[in-house]
Amino acid sequence: MVYFIQQTLVFAIPLMIVALAGVFAERSGIINIALEGIMIFGAFIGVLIVRVLLQVGIGDDLGQLILIIAIIITMILGAVFSLLLAFASINLKADQTIGGTALNLLAPALVLFLVLIISQQTTLDIGGKTAAELFMLFQDDFGIDGAKKLGVLGNILFNKVYPTTFYVILIFVVLSVVLYNTKFGLRLRSCGEHPQAANSLGINVNKMRYIGVLISGALASFGGFIYAISVAGCSATGDVAGTGFLALAVMIFGNWKPLNIALGALLFGALKCISVGYPYIDFNGDGIFALKDLGISPHIYRVLPYVITLVVLAFTSKKSRAPKAEGQPFDKGKR
Amino acid sequence: MTGGLLFLIIILIIAASVVAIIYANKKAKKLQTVSWFEKQWKKDSVKATTSSFISVFVGLLIGAIILLAMCGSVDGGLKTGLEGVQLIFFGVFNIGRNASGNLVFGWNGTSIGNVLFKAMPLILTGLSVALAFKTGLFNIGAPGQYLMGTAASLIVALSIPTTAVPAWIVWILAFLSGMLAGALWGAIPGLFKAFLNVNEVISCIMTNWIAANLVTALFDNSTGPFKNLLDPSGTKNFAYVYKTTHNGVATPSLGLDKIFPGSQVNAGIFVAIIIAIVVYIVLNKTTFGYELKACGANRDAAKYAGINEKRNILLSMAIAGGLAGAGAALYYLSGNTEFKWLTYQSLPAIGFNGIPVALLASNNPVGVIASAIFLSYLDVAGMSLKYMTTYNEYITSIISAIIVYFSAFALLIKMILEGKIKISFFQNKNINKEVEIKNKEKPKEINESNNDSDEKNIANKEAKE
Repeated sequence: MVYFIQQTLVFAIPLMIVALAGVFAERSGIINIALEGIMIFGAFIGVLIVRVLLQVGIGDDLGQLILIIAIIITMILGAVFSLLLAFASINLKADQTIGGTALNLLAPALVLFLVLIISQQTTLDIGGKTAAELFMLFQDDFGIDGAKKLGVLGNILFNKVYPTTFYVILIFVVLSVVLYNTKFGLRLRSCGEHPQAANSLGINVNKMRYIGVLISGALASFGGFIYAISVAGCSATGDVAGTGFLALAVMIFGNWKPLNIALGALLFGALKCISVGYPYIDFNGDGIFALKDLGISPHIYRVLPYVITLVVLAFTSKKSRAPKAEGQPFDKGKR
Repeated sequence: MTGGLLFLIIILIIAASVVAIIYANKKAKKLQTVSWFEKQWKKDSVKATTSSFISVFVGLLIGAIILLAMCGSVDGGLKTGLEGVQLIFFGVFNIGRNASGNLVFGWNGTSIGNVLFKAMPLILTGLSVALAFKTGLFNIGAPGQYLMGTAASLIVALSIPTTAVPAWIVWILAFLSGMLAGALWGAIPGLFKAFLNVNEVISCIMTNWIAANLVTALFDNSTGPFKNLLDPSGTKNFAYVYKTTHNGVATPSLGLDKIFPGSQVNAGIFVAIIIAIVVYIVLNKTTFGYELKACGANRDAAKYAGINEKRNILLSMAIAGGLAGAGAALYYLSGNTEFKWLTYQSLPAIGFNGIPVALLASNNPVGVIASAIFLSYLDVAGMSLKYMTTYNEYITSIISAIIVYFSAFALLIKMILEGKIKISFFQNKNINKEVEIKNKEKPKEINESNNDSDEKNIANKEAKE
């Protein structure tokens, strides 16, 4: 059970933050289909920073510091990368889907090009160390005696966890409050619903949309780094296996609302966890691996997240309410 | 050195043609007539082509800049950097190195043939994306449709014994079933879009991954229903499906192997070109094509005019899928490429590359032929970059991504070319003048154009009222 929930969180946390990234862009009126590309870019930058910091000679005992530095730089550079999308879709009024696709094509190409030059192979690792050695927190890190037995909940929260989980939950809560309970959040949302009305009230629509895309880029990039740490074992391969697109689906499933997105991310995290780790899942701790014993082909487990996404979208799409002005370049003179 | 010379010659040709155009225009203005160039310029297709060439040029330029910027971190330094730039432009014409270690350029039949071979599936995936674009749909599902086409055509080509049925009939059956499988797979997002209003981008991406898993399951070496089609030989070790030549099925080469010795090109390229021309005729010369395009231009207007827009969405996605499937069938029925079935973690790049092909051709089916050949030219150039220098081939993917990025605002480039938006070197002055003129005429608009801070703006408005 502990394994199942922890593995679910491993997949759900990046989905959650990347889906929130999508919300910030789309609520400001820009379709950000480039989430996948920005994640790939962020994963690469994060791993590269950790690698460089370790090579410079900062000790492993400062793992948490390295992590925080890497996260900050990753977020900044992710925002810079997403400027490409913002510039094309806001200033040049380009087709946002095509612009996003360009970023999705550019990121893996750029990352693989650089990775091959840096490490002469298609995987960039952090030089012999694993993510678990560097960043993982155990119960004695929280001041709990190592020999003490924790319950299920304690094990989930305080043993073998990555600190990024807590950072994400914190950022998620803060940004949800910002989006719904501040003046800035209201302005941002108004730009995605009716930019002309927002403009007539003196809100600078382009500025708001820039901010939306930049926040989106920073969060998606962070999400990519988390994916690299927790799923890919702190390596960058120019691929995040469609997580960015899954996050887009989670965002639509969650109806562009943070709380629903968090729930959706948990659901999809669980599905993804089943699809990857089904032989090791022991639901009630009796030593029986129920899903493995069912004898269902692994292909069915693997395809499950995508099939269920399609089915869920089929049922929710009629009711779903996207931001009204998303995808449309802002035209001041339009009614 | 030859590479540098070629580069110089091309730049000179471009410069000469620009000068010629300017000169002809000036002369025409003096005589108060319309010059030939201006007549051509008025055509939409010419503008589209020009903006594509601008995208390509900028893409190659940025690629060259990246190569030069990175030359510090590869072996050979600046020399390798310059060689890299030569190779991304003319890598196809590279015939190795001479005794003193410099690159030699010339007629390389193998590479040029391979350009045509690789363009063959790209033409069809590009057509797939372009046709969907014409109906206002973004078919990012081409990789999945391509995979389904691959599986279906391989299964049919290898399962029907050529001892009982003539090989050419098997070839046709395999080709058609690849097309059909792609069409069915493309119809799924079409159905979701038409009847359930699901965004086709998301459903296409999901069907891509479902296809990747499905194809892996079909050929799985322990449980798959088609595991008997896997190649058991030592080097392959069940990781690949047999080549279709195992069953004696292969596209004839029609003597192309003599023109391009050592390359993989075959008659499939003609099939691809014929399909592109057929798609062009259907789109531009038939009622059905007109209805498809009408749906893309304005769905509500099309509906109002009595066009069944749901049927058209479904059909357009199905045809797009069929085209991608046909691309896969042509590629694998060539008989000289093998298919790695363990594909559930990756999607075929040929499918995604349909997007740059279509965008570069401004969705014109005949233009797709040229842009597909260009992108595969780039691809082969990337391979020679990989083999001749310490760079890797991904620079070409970067270049095609940049081309997509610039195609996203092809509309803007087109408008600049039409002169609707003027770009001059004294832009700031002009804008200031315009603002001044506007200032005199319409004082209200200024508020909107520089509302840097909301509060100030509101205060201004209040003050005016």
